Amino acid sequence: MSNQQKSVDAGHLFFEAERQKSFITGSEAVAEAIKRANVDMAIAYPITPQSESMHLIGDLYARGYLKDYYRAENEFAVMASIHGAALGGGRVFTATSGPGTLRAMEMFPVWAGSRQPIVCAFMCRGVALPPSIQPENIEMSFLLDTGMLMFHAENAQDYFDMILKGYAIAEQPDVHLPVGVFADGFFVTHTREIVMLPPEELKLQEYDPKACPVPVFDMESPPARITRDPLLNKSNFISYAANASWHQEILAAAERARKHIKHYLGGLIETENKDAEILIVASGTAVSQSREAIKALREEGIDAGLVKVKSIRPFPEAEIREVTKDASLILVPEFNAGGWLAREVKASIDNNSRVVAGPRVFGGMTMPKDLIVSELKSALQSRSHVNASPQMSK
Amino acid sequence: MSNKILTPVKEFEELLPQEYKDLVNNGPHNGKGGVKKLGTFKEVTEAHPHCAGCGVALGIRLSLAALPAPEDTLVVGTPGCSFFALSQSAINYSNTAFGNQNAVASGLKRMLKLRYPDKHKDVVVMVGDGGVADIGLDYTLHSWFRGENITTVMLDNEVYGNTGGQESGMSLKGKVLNMAPKGKEFNKIPVFEIAKTSGCAYAAKITIANPVKLGKVIEKAVLIAREVGPTYVQLYTPCPTNLKFAPEKTIQAAKDAEKTYYSFEEFITKEAEEYLSKEAKKQETKQ
Ligand SMILES: Cc1ncc(C[n+]2csc(CCOP(=O)(O)OP(=O)(O)O)c2C)c(N)n1
Ligand code: SF4
Repeated sequence: MSNQQKSVDAGHLFFEAERQKSFITGSEAVAEAIKRANVDMAIAYPITPQSESMHLIGDLYARGYLKDYYRAENEFAVMASIHGAALGGGRVFTATSGPGTLRAMEMFPVWAGSRQPIVCAFMCRGVALPPSIQPENIEMSFLLDTGMLMFHAENAQDYFDMILKGYAIAEQPDVHLPVGVFADGFFVTHTREIVMLPPEELKLQEYDPKACPVPVFDMESPPARITRDPLLNKSNFISYAANASWHQEILAAAERARKHIKHYLGGLIETENKDAEILIVASGTAVSQSREAIKALREEGIDAGLVKVKSIRPFPEAEIREVTKDASLILVPEFNAGGWLAREVKASIDNNSRVVAGPRVFGGMTMPKDLIVSELKSALQSRSHVNASPQMSK
Repeated sequence: MSNKILTPVKEFEELLPQEYKDLVNNGPHNGKGGVKKLGTFKEVTEAHPHCAGCGVALGIRLSLAALPAPEDTLVVGTPGCSFFALSQSAINYSNTAFGNQNAVASGLKRMLKLRYPDKHKDVVVMVGDGGVADIGLDYTLHSWFRGENITTVMLDNEVYGNTGGQESGMSLKGKVLNMAPKGKEFNKIPVFEIAKTSGCAYAAKITIANPVKLGKVIEKAVLIAREVGPTYVQLYTPCPTNLKFAPEKTIQAAKDAEKTYYSFEEFITKEAEEYLSKEAKKQETKQ
């Protein structure tokens, strides 16, 4: 029970407390993170594949781990109410998927603009039309410029860590921005794997509203004019400048988050065999598929390395530029039709004709490792007349 | 908020702007306000950029003066003309997306209850008719169904003022307005009637032509929302600019409406009545 939980320093909870193996689903990993996050309040609305995780968080509320929880009338209401709760100076959580994300869309820039350290889990799925409840992460492309920080989990372990650590990053006084933690629905939420968990008797220290860089909305400050999130719509230069500089500050806050992401998540990217001339750059479950593809390629004597992108916002431009500087081919497999990650990678590096934007699967299709392998081989073939030496390992 | 927070540090007292000092020393905080006393204290609203004769601005001014505890009140708004005066008040005001006000207020009120279990933090929604009855109707109704402890004040100017005079669900049937080029085709949405059956413990329909009564209505609504349940005030605040009458005719327009279709109506549950008389007794024994 929550009242038997001990609040501990974030560093202790994340890095020192001894972890134990548990064999759980991604949805259960979300609940395990919230169990230890000392969340005041959660608000829910069902949508596949998110529903199970928010059921589990309802159970946590019934068992005393959260102080308030309810089902709101729709996703826009959830995101608005979560915003209201965060305005009131507490720690909050919610989660959604695909169409729910889009229905609530207007509220995400509001969270960021209002400097709310909300952590929201997105269990990505297809949108419409035709309707699909299957895995696909196209919704992430819509959120890229909402001002929120975005982390993409490869598996349940990532999901657990990114959600729990997301609070520590979101609540840094120099950041104080919402964090969206994304996972490819079903592949992560509905499969079971081993996740290393710190003891459930430990939880984060409670949220300190006094460390908020903007005044908490509780009339505990002097009777000044405190309009949170005003419409700066007067037609004059000062009003425009105020609005523009506020936007710049949101972007600057996301930049300041980089050092905290490095500290808590161990970096914005992770690499394997990074000196290979062929690199696969991926995020989410495409990373796991890429690992398998790289194994298969190596068996055939083709050497390839992996760049796992964990932080989508802020985007690790410098890291990707550095790690890909000697690569001759960069493959970006994705679980969506739009190819937003490939666009981001292309925009970050020089000589971006090196980037092969694919393979892409969507509509719930899986991404067999063979698809990555064949895409890579055909790219090598079509380029072999340009670049005479194929990428054979020595 | 405590008196202590209101009191400036001695050494800085002289440096503070006169209007701040006026607010601290003569403001309506801690029971010193009330519509009847207007003009004797420094108001929590400042001069505002509403059009001359704006009924919305007057409605806001009277409502803020009547708050039982402005020092512990949070106002949630939405885009619309109401923003102009509300953001110039010395009460924490939040304005986010259009129509989400009652959802924001639900989360806010719940969090404030968690953070201040021994104190009343009054959450008051103050928004236009378009905000309540059209884009935000879903959220308004659901906050009532759920029994959220918030007060909703609709500043009903029967038109979308801020975007330049479009028809709203609260516009009068037949009225020719922008986006209703042949006249509005349906009646005013019966939000007051819906409030009575949707979980509100108190609801009132009133115009700005009746300041003292309005003050009492706002006070009751805020007090009842503290412990009994959601409350709703539908306040007629005519808009000279878009309803196209002379700015000095605003009160007259409200009086005319009162005589015809906007007569004073009040709904109160038994529980709310009992709560008010219990509170009144408490006040008497205190004095
Ligand atoms: C989603 C969305 N749609 C439309 C608007 C544009 N908008 C801003 S204020 C407003 C009308 C407000 O009318 P009302 O609520 O009646 O308030 P009033 O201005 O009359 O006081 C509209 C349509 C918006 N801000 N957001
Ligand atoms: S447009 Fe109407 S409601 Fe808006 S400020 Fe002017 S008079 Fe008031």
